[in-house]
Amino acid sequence: MREVEKWRSGKVEEVGLVPRRSVARRRGPAVGSFVLLLGTLLSAQVTPDRLVRAADEAQNWLTYSGGYFSQRYSPLKQIDRSSVKNLELKWILPNQVFGAWQSTPLVVDGVMYVTQRPNDVLALDAKTGRVFWLYRHTPSPDARVCCGSNNRGVAILGDTVFLGTLDGRLVAIDAKTGKALWNVPVGDPRLGYSITMAPLIVKDKVLVGTGGGEYGIRGFVAAYDAKTGKEVWRLHTIPAPGEPGSETWKGETWKTGGGSIWLTPSYDPELNLTYWGVGNPGPDWNPDQRPGDNLYTASVIAVDADTGKLRWHYQFTPNDPYDYDSVQIAVLADITWQQKPLKAMLWANRNGNFYVLDRASGKFLLGKPFVKVNWMSGFDEKGRPLQTPQPAGQPTWPGNQGGTNWYSPSFSPRTGLFYVTAWEDYATIYRREFQEYVPGRVFGGGGGRQLLPVPGAPGVRIGRTTPINNWTDAAGHSSVIAIDPNTGASKWKFAQFDMSDSGVLTTASDLLFTGGREGYFYALDARTGEMLWKASLGGQIANGPITYMVDNKQYVSTISGNSLITFGLRD
Amino acid sequence: MFAARSAAQDHGQYTQTEVEAGARVYSSQCSTCHGPNGDRVSGIDLRRGQFRRAVTDEDLARIVTNGLTAEGMPPFKLQPVELTGVVAFIRAGLDANTPSIRIGTPARGKTIVEGKGGCLSCHRIGAVGSRAAPDLTDVGVARGVDMLHRSLTDPSSGMLPINRPVRITTTGGRTIIGRRLNEDTFTVQLIDDKERLHSIEKVEIRSMVVETKSPMPSFAGTLTADELADVVAYLVTLRGQP
Repeated sequence: MREVEKWRSGKVEEVGLVPRRSVARRRGPAVGSFVLLLGTLLSAQVTPDRLVRAADEAQNWLTYSGGYFSQRYSPLKQIDRSSVKNLELKWILPNQVFGAWQSTPLVVDGVMYVTQRPNDVLALDAKTGRVFWLYRHTPSPDARVCCGSNNRGVAILGDTVFLGTLDGRLVAIDAKTGKALWNVPVGDPRLGYSITMAPLIVKDKVLVGTGGGEYGIRGFVAAYDAKTGKEVWRLHTIPAPGEPGSETWKGETWKTGGGSIWLTPSYDPELNLTYWGVGNPGPDWNPDQRPGDNLYTASVIAVDADTGKLRWHYQFTPNDPYDYDSVQIAVLADITWQQKPLKAMLWANRNGNFYVLDRASGKFLLGKPFVKVNWMSGFDEKGRPLQTPQPAGQPTWPGNQGGTNWYSPSFSPRTGLFYVTAWEDYATIYRREFQEYVPGRVFGGGGGRQLLPVPGAPGVRIGRTTPINNWTDAAGHSSVIAIDPNTGASKWKFAQFDMSDSGVLTTASDLLFTGGREGYFYALDARTGEMLWKASLGGQIANGPITYMVDNKQYVSTISGNSLITFGLRD
Repeated sequence: MFAARSAAQDHGQYTQTEVEAGARVYSSQCSTCHGPNGDRVSGIDLRRGQFRRAVTDEDLARIVTNGLTAEGMPPFKLQPVELTGVVAFIRAGLDANTPSIRIGTPARGKTIVEGKGGCLSCHRIGAVGSRAAPDLTDVGVARGVDMLHRSLTDPSSGMLPINRPVRITTTGGRTIIGRRLNEDTFTVQLIDDKERLHSIEKVEIRSMVVETKSPMPSFAGTLTADELADVVAYLVTLRGQP
């Protein structure tokens, strides 16, 4: 009995030391409590109503961005500025697949759902990291993705988990068994359509969009009936002739206009609007082939959640020749703006500007660079950027990967600050060339090379693939920047030596968690940027950290290299 | 949508070094069949990115490595850096943007490097020479012809940031002079002028000075143009293979 108590108190390292007979004796109560635990864990279904209040369910992480407003802010505060130094490793889940692991896990009442390359879903005990089931979808050989076999996560409704796949399909999976319930085509992989984003559930629908901006797709967002997989509505991100916005395309160029979607939208239940960031026009780097503004590429679109009707749009980078996309997370926040309450949308764009929009109307309220910018010099009164294209062979700031990219920012209602991972001192010299469209093939139209301090020096890669940084900060570096939405000014910066593709998490104890390519995982003071704690995890952190609670204990999870790593306070 | 792809796939963003490495491989191995403009094989225009089978950069790398023996393309056993380089060069539209540098005779260059040039008193090639300056064993893969020439004639302008001389004074009063092997936000790894390895936590550093002036002398005045061409020719042959 004494030994059983040991086991239950979590001293698992002693299990291997005791005689076999004792281990067998332990199983009785252990299995019993496990079944009991599982019963409570999976009893409560994730209703649409719970999703509306997801951000208030402190113990859980129910959507990709932690709630419909995509603030990645948790009300949890057990881990705080004084206890954070007592964080210790609780468990590691190693991935068997190489490549950047960009997934944000969900946590639902003690069960974690995480995706791994190429299209696996794992359900595991969020307290121990032990796996309940593994679902494996093998993408068709027709699947083509420009930028790696990425998948960023799943959505959940009721007892069903929803996965988008690299071969452009949407799959419903039983949350308790890991068995597929339905599997429907969304886009044709032979033409470059793929899904890398975590879907979003709104009411009884699964909302998803497709990647493929490098293959001359005609992008779209769509809603599927969560029960049957039947398509309910579809809205193209590139309008057809006659539709509003079609005047921004010449001739047939709209057919290969791009406009991919690779991140989960945000949602305002009161306005019933979903907000989607739309990717680059096709071909990426040769605007000569697609004169016009190329709506709705490099834009945010506000789409009615029930009907799929476009309500408004704002274009960040008209006729985008830099592949800036606008594929970031729309962060929604109710803030005080010039002494009045505002339903705001906060957006740090890949083009280097921080924006505040009125999310009810789409009205442009503020745009201000958060990194060096020379592709534009300011805005007109409607918020259209005054573009200043650089001469051929001259560098453009920010560089091709942008001032920021797909990784998630955070907004803390407590500090009122917006936090984003930014790439600084980084520029690209662009090159454009004619590109013929061939279905299913890359439709790039040029490219670019990074501006480097010495010709031939190593540059910053898209991801980190080596433990040695031989490009140094001379090739650029990242900072987490805290931005005051009312002014666009930065309140503080936390600089790293290398780049970072890590998302940001904030908590009600005014902690900020983030990582970077060097494999450090940080807890910062969200008010000052002071570093309070760090762990050297080794592998690049290229996902958004999350926090959750099981049995009244708070955990923080991140992914470093090929490992999902979870920390908690020392018992 | 070019975000976070694997190294072999970022065709918009290869480094100039890689493109140049690829240009060298291309001119010696690929252009015989594909031609200088990459359009000599029917149905394929490498310069314009038109292929029969390949879609991704990984496809290109695989085809180069495995060949398409049924269609007459042999497999090529390249170093990883060279393979990435060939793909980079193809994705750069076969344009290395490299100035032309005269190349002399490698054997004569070797004699100069090991003799009157005195290069090995600071540099190392294979098992011979000093470790004080960067190892040159694979410099022919790492650097282009023009940059080798530039490093010989104007060392500071060709010096890579990682090779910049570093002088560190620790809070304990120690001074370390060397060059960096690696660095991150909180630590720096160095080899010092006595060939010792150091890993130092930045909290223990009082001052760290990174010089942009190279300690290497220019050989513009001490070697003739012919001798420089010979040295470059020899350095190009250094590809890390003993």
